[in-house]
Amino acid sequence: MLVTEQERLRDDLVKMADRFGRDRSALMPILQELKRTRYHISEYSMQVIADLLDIHPVEVSSVVSFYSFLEDKPQGQFVIRLCRTIACDMRGADHVARQLVNDLGIEFGETTPDGKFTLGWANCLGMCDQGPAMLVNEKVYTQVTPEKVHAILDECRGTFGMHATADKER
Amino acid sequence: MIAETTHGSLTFSTIEPGSGLDAALKRPPADALRRIESSGLRGRGGAGFPTSLKWDLAIKSPGEYKYVICNADEGEPGTFKDRVILSDFADLVFEGMTIGAFVIGAKHGIVYLRGEYAYLRAHLETVLRRRRAQNLLGKKIRGQDGFDFDIEIRMGAGAYVCGEETALIESLEGQRGEPRNRPPFPIDTGYLGNPTIVNNVETFAWVVCILAKGAKWFKEIGTKKSTGLKLFSVSGDCRKPGVYEFPMGITVAKLLEEVGGEGAKAVQVGGAAGQCVPASQFDRSIAFEDVPTGGSIIVFGPQRDMLRVAENFLEFFADESCGQCTPCRYGTPKLIEGVKMLQQGRCSMQYLHELCSLGETMQLASKCGLGQMAPNAFLSIVDHFQDEILGRAGRG
Ligand SMILES: Cc1cc2nc3c(=O)[nH]c(=O)nc-3n(C[C@H](O)[C@H](O)[C@H](O)COP(=O)(O)O)c2cc1C
Ligand code: SF4
Ligand code: FES
Repeated sequence: MLVTEQERLRDDLVKMADRFGRDRSALMPILQELKRTRYHISEYSMQVIADLLDIHPVEVSSVVSFYSFLEDKPQGQFVIRLCRTIACDMRGADHVARQLVNDLGIEFGETTPDGKFTLGWANCLGMCDQGPAMLVNEKVYTQVTPEKVHAILDECRGTFGMHATADKER
Repeated sequence: MIAETTHGSLTFSTIEPGSGLDAALKRPPADALRRIESSGLRGRGGAGFPTSLKWDLAIKSPGEYKYVICNADEGEPGTFKDRVILSDFADLVFEGMTIGAFVIGAKHGIVYLRGEYAYLRAHLETVLRRRRAQNLLGKKIRGQDGFDFDIEIRMGAGAYVCGEETALIESLEGQRGEPRNRPPFPIDTGYLGNPTIVNNVETFAWVVCILAKGAKWFKEIGTKKSTGLKLFSVSGDCRKPGVYEFPMGITVAKLLEEVGGEGAKAVQVGGAAGQCVPASQFDRSIAFEDVPTGGSIIVFGPQRDMLRVAENFLEFFADESCGQCTPCRYGTPKLIEGVKMLQQGRCSMQYLHELCSLGETMQLASKCGLGQMAPNAFLSIVDHFQDEILGRAGRG
């Protein structure tokens, strides 16, 4: 069972390397794709990537540890990042933060036991004129209020299937 | 898509895609460079380096493969104009990059898009596909023999420091985003060791306007040392936050009037890395020779606690420091401790002086702009708001 899962992961990674290349400069795109599709950059996957790119696994984990969007801990299906920078702070991001903690029953930095949500902070999201701003995976929410938190979480829970990506229609 | 708050008409909306490139292609590359030079355009990312000079150095740097990189990492607190440009005027950004490629002789362009803006990617790819179909990208662009150029989009992953151009290149090369020593500069040893120009999103868009409308038009706006127009991202305590286009050299007072921010007690110009301008200095002008900015304007109303502002900025830098060098890694947390003491009303004047000299040391001794600029907001707030921050009753 475990073996087949590992084999599947390996196959996926080989496909990513075929797509992005096997140079060192392909490392970030591969890690980003892995995270996007599997929410988790595991020890094993770092080992496989290192083999594919012919670098030491420590090199891979050192890159993973540097970037805040590449976590080596398993992440929830929905990663919520609330902006804590000044413009959002001035518009009441702390109230939104409280409500998120209350509604999710977890603290910042934690993942809900059902693996649905991870709650975290972000620095300025480039929505300062419409704060408080919050990212849920790749989707951005603006002018978030404590009342709206519940609806946003419900929207995530109701998202059919898996990952809500950036299906922002233009 | 995202409700944009753009005020007034932007020059960018009057430029026909293709017009700047066609104007450039009519004559040899050196001519386009000359026009950018005579416009006086300086980088819109914050540092204000003359764009033509950077490009000229890249022309002169030997190398078969040269790169054009667009810095779309926009992480400076209070800045969002690049997001608006990428959503509404992506054509101009790609076209500016294409003109850059024509001028320096590059075949390959990269947009480094911050991870937080991943939702823009699909739109950008669509515009790229259309431009390829229109022969504005790809092989023999606009029928010019030997002019091949294409653009690829690469994503950042949530690290502010990767907006620094050498860290950005490290990140593209699959490394930790740690700034390099400069010199050497990217124009000599950039992406994969090749001559590379790195420019801000807005800089590329202005290049197109200058070629389409003429260097003279641009040069006549703004001040002598800071020519042309600039986009500003305005947030904070004002009635009409959003993106504005103003001439360079506009005074803080005039800007506040436009955005409905009269009565402010201070304005942060240039984001967390910038400086805090108090009401008594609102007659100063926003230009490279006075108060420089990449476009971030955060307005603080009379009720704002300036210590909380200083604390928020310092926490930002502590969080975003790459940790490579000591002044930045240890200095910022030390300043945060100081702010906490001030909040509790436990900071002596002598200790405050020590904190300020620590800040000055950071400005001098840090390896990259992040650590050099991290103490700026703190220092200017201490400088202008001593009465407010000293001798507090203490919050516990
Ligand atoms: C810590 C740090 C962060 C930076 N972030 C950005 C950024 O997000 N966008 C940007 O265009 N320039 C940023 N810069 C400036 C770049 O290093 C570089 O000067 C700029 O991209 C050059 O483009 P320009 O000449 O067109 O302004 C940053 C610099 C530092 C030190
Ligand atoms: S100043 Fe800060 S961000 Fe820059 S290299 Fe040093 S530790 Fe890294
Ligand atoms: S401060 Fe929150 S989006 Fe900029």
